[in-house]
Amino acid sequence: MSTETLDSFRRNAEHHHATVHETAPEDVRSTVASLIDPPAVGVAAGYDLPAGIETNPTPTELSAANTGVTVASVAIADYGTLVLEDDAAGSEPASLFPERHVAILRTDDVVPSIADALGTLGPRLREGASAILATGPSATADMGELVLGAHGPEAVDVVLVGEDADAGETAGDGDEAGGEADR
Amino acid sequence: MSEAREGKAEKLHRLLETEGDAVAENTRGFNRGRYESTDDLPAYEALKDEARAIKEDAIERLPELIEELREAVESNGGTLYVADDAADANEYVRDVVTERGDRVVKSKSMTTEELELNEHLEGAGVDVTETDLGEWVLQIADEAPSHIVGPALHKSSESIAELFNAHFDPDPPLSTPKELTNFARDMLLQDIEAADVGITGANFVTADSGTIALVTSEGNARKTAVVPDTHVAVAGVEKVIPSVEDLAPFLELIGKSATGQDVTSYFSLFTPPIASPPVAFDRPDRPMGEDPARREFHLVLVDNGRTAMREDEDLRETLYCIRCGACANSCGNFQSVGGHAFGGETYTGGIATGWEAGVEGLDSAAEFNDLCTGCSRCVPACPVKIDIPWINTAVRDRVNHADGDGSFDFLVEGLTPDEEPGGLAPAKRLFGNFETLAKWGSRTAPLSNWIAGSRPARWAMDRFVGVAAERELPAFQRRTLVDWFESRGSCVAPEDATREAVLYPDVYTNHVAVERGKAAVRVLEALEVRVVVPRRTAVGSGRAPLSQGMVDTARRQAERCRDALEPELDAGRDVVVVEPSDLAAFRREYEKLLPAGDFERVSGSSYEVLEYVFGLLENGADEGRLSAGDDEPVDYHAHCQQRTLGLDEHTVAVLERLGYDVTTSDTECCGMAGSFGYKSEYYELSMDVGEPLQQQFGEDERRVLASGTSCVDQLEALLSRPATHPIELLAPDSSAR
Ligand code: SF4
Repeated sequence: MSTETLDSFRRNAEHHHATVHETAPEDVRSTVASLIDPPAVGVAAGYDLPAGIETNPTPTELSAANTGVTVASVAIADYGTLVLEDDAAGSEPASLFPERHVAILRTDDVVPSIADALGTLGPRLREGASAILATGPSATADMGELVLGAHGPEAVDVVLVGEDADAGETAGDGDEAGGEADR
Repeated sequence: MSEAREGKAEKLHRLLETEGDAVAENTRGFNRGRYESTDDLPAYEALKDEARAIKEDAIERLPELIEELREAVESNGGTLYVADDAADANEYVRDVVTERGDRVVKSKSMTTEELELNEHLEGAGVDVTETDLGEWVLQIADEAPSHIVGPALHKSSESIAELFNAHFDPDPPLSTPKELTNFARDMLLQDIEAADVGITGANFVTADSGTIALVTSEGNARKTAVVPDTHVAVAGVEKVIPSVEDLAPFLELIGKSATGQDVTSYFSLFTPPIASPPVAFDRPDRPMGEDPARREFHLVLVDNGRTAMREDEDLRETLYCIRCGACANSCGNFQSVGGHAFGGETYTGGIATGWEAGVEGLDSAAEFNDLCTGCSRCVPACPVKIDIPWINTAVRDRVNHADGDGSFDFLVEGLTPDEEPGGLAPAKRLFGNFETLAKWGSRTAPLSNWIAGSRPARWAMDRFVGVAAERELPAFQRRTLVDWFESRGSCVAPEDATREAVLYPDVYTNHVAVERGKAAVRVLEALEVRVVVPRRTAVGSGRAPLSQGMVDTARRQAERCRDALEPELDAGRDVVVVEPSDLAAFRREYEKLLPAGDFERVSGSSYEVLEYVFGLLENGADEGRLSAGDDEPVDYHAHCQQRTLGLDEHTVAVLERLGYDVTTSDTECCGMAGSFGYKSEYYELSMDVGEPLQQQFGEDERRVLASGTSCVDQLEALLSRPATHPIELLAPDSSAR
């Protein structure tokens, strides 16, 4: 991914009230740990998550969670948007119910535009997949002024995982679905 | 004022008082945001073209796309039901819901408002909760939405706090927007957790994949679709587009057009049944992953008049609408009174007339269709480039022929040689035939002005024809522009001329604003243009009848105007137009009124006067011959239709080049909008729409310039100081012939 695209992603994500944390593959665990306000739920196949994240929550646990951790499969630099795909493990509610959403994203998965992202999503959606294009936290202006955190999270943290020689072996084909396990 | 007019005026007055401030603040904020966010978008025009092309193609191929969609939905394991009308759709949804339970959560959907689905479900014993915070506020207040995007934007946070505190009696009472939002979120979560079925709308449906695209900021649509194990999506058939990739321009445009947000928080692309496990709160302690997913999905596509709209030349474009609300936000009248004034059963604001005429019928569309003044500011705002003013004109024409009480027709009889059958409302008839009135007025001036200004006459005009008694009426000049020119002749010999032009003596310039016509001739002559003002070209453009929805009369006048201009064009002359609304007729509406070749010829050779001056200066004409500004500060309000055509920039450029220090107005429309502000029932609204102009220009003592006749009148009324057409400022020497 070009530096320009990454810079644009960072700038636009921050502009839309998300916080971007850069990290190396080997530091994902500690970075995520530092962002979590327990109790936490989450789904991050392929990543070694810190202890204390419930990966198969009950509805009660989901409702009570303060943080949800998921993986974004693609991101759009033009808008700082994360593409969150749905899966049987419950990534979708984990990214929506808790007040803080922590999304893990590989720099390799950042594409420049909405059209690029739809180019990737088109074939997957035609196969039956679903996805959310999420930009920043949930927001509403219905109560008279802009309030962050309506039905969805009030804060979004992006853990941007930089390239690394080791990670290159198993990743980088640009075609990982949300649940792929070999990253 | 007549009783009907009084009723209308009272309703508008009440809305101005109660909802006006909140609506104004929100819509003007959205509108400003639209300008800011689209200014940053390098490919804005190209994206709009792309979006429009996709909708044109989709509506063209609709039956075929629906079949493709059916295959996609069914092969995913869902059901597609195409409902003929509201009753059909309601029945289907009711059956699905009542089989599964009796608690429904919904995310905002105008289509279900159109169907009155909530009432229908409630009638079947189903408990329905709206989860969009704005919709929920309205559900509690028992009110209809006033805006397609911000249904409750007419409510301030104070009034919402009052409502919640009275309804729920929370301890401590709620006050800030944050408290209100959190309270609503918690209450609604309980409803979502308990729901048997989630109902959403769809902003787009992609035929290739069966994907439902939902555009939201709050996340309620996601919870509504994901938590219960049954999802019903309800959408008009027009929402179907061919493919996932086709979503791209819409996703770029929709947030910017709607609220001025660069992008909305969530674009959900659900291809149901989705893989996410249902969040079964009735088994709160069983891990969700272990709960076998038993998801059910129903897509209900609603026709309800849309297929007929597709066949209807005037209404078809309505189906391209993506319901962003930009037309409402850019509308001067909407900004002042909001959607509740526009009426209609479901839809409000700019495009509502098209929707109401198509899905509810003419009666509903007629109700407040008058509030479209044809200012055309919605046209460049619309992300799919729908010609909304034309839809309003076409519907107004149908309404004219469908009703009108016909009483007091005699008052304007004789002044109204129009093509319209009897029964047309007298005010429409009067303003639609302004050309005849102006001729009569000039011929009998100053007597006509004196009579028109007398108290009994003003009373009668207000009472019977609906001309506002507060308005100063245009003073007809005995000596018209054409008379003046006939005795004066041209001051540039053919051999000295760089170009030849005919100055189009529009009805106002010829009979009322004669001075600006003379100034235009002098300016052009100073720049070595040989100008002629032939008497036979002094015919109406069709603008006046058009604004009253009198399409046949307008067409006849357009043909007459074309016939009058044709010999001038044959002689190689340019047509220079002073009144912007007439140029807008030539450049925009003639496309609908004249054969294609004639339209191209007339529109291609016509120029707004300062656009023409700009061109001459760019091509080397000597600006030293015009009256220079010496840094004089001036306030300039461009005419709405002129701005739509992008011509305001030329005026500003010329003024600045000549050394004027120009402040331009920020408003979309002065509020007078041709004949609109003359009408008794709209006088107060018209003045309210003009209020931002008063705020911007009222305090300073600068010279005021405006390009349109009605803008000049309105600015003078608002600011209590004279306003002039910029061409009068530039004219080299007003004492010359
Ligand atoms: S007509 Fe155009 S501007 Fe108005 S709501 Fe529809 S898409 Fe938006």
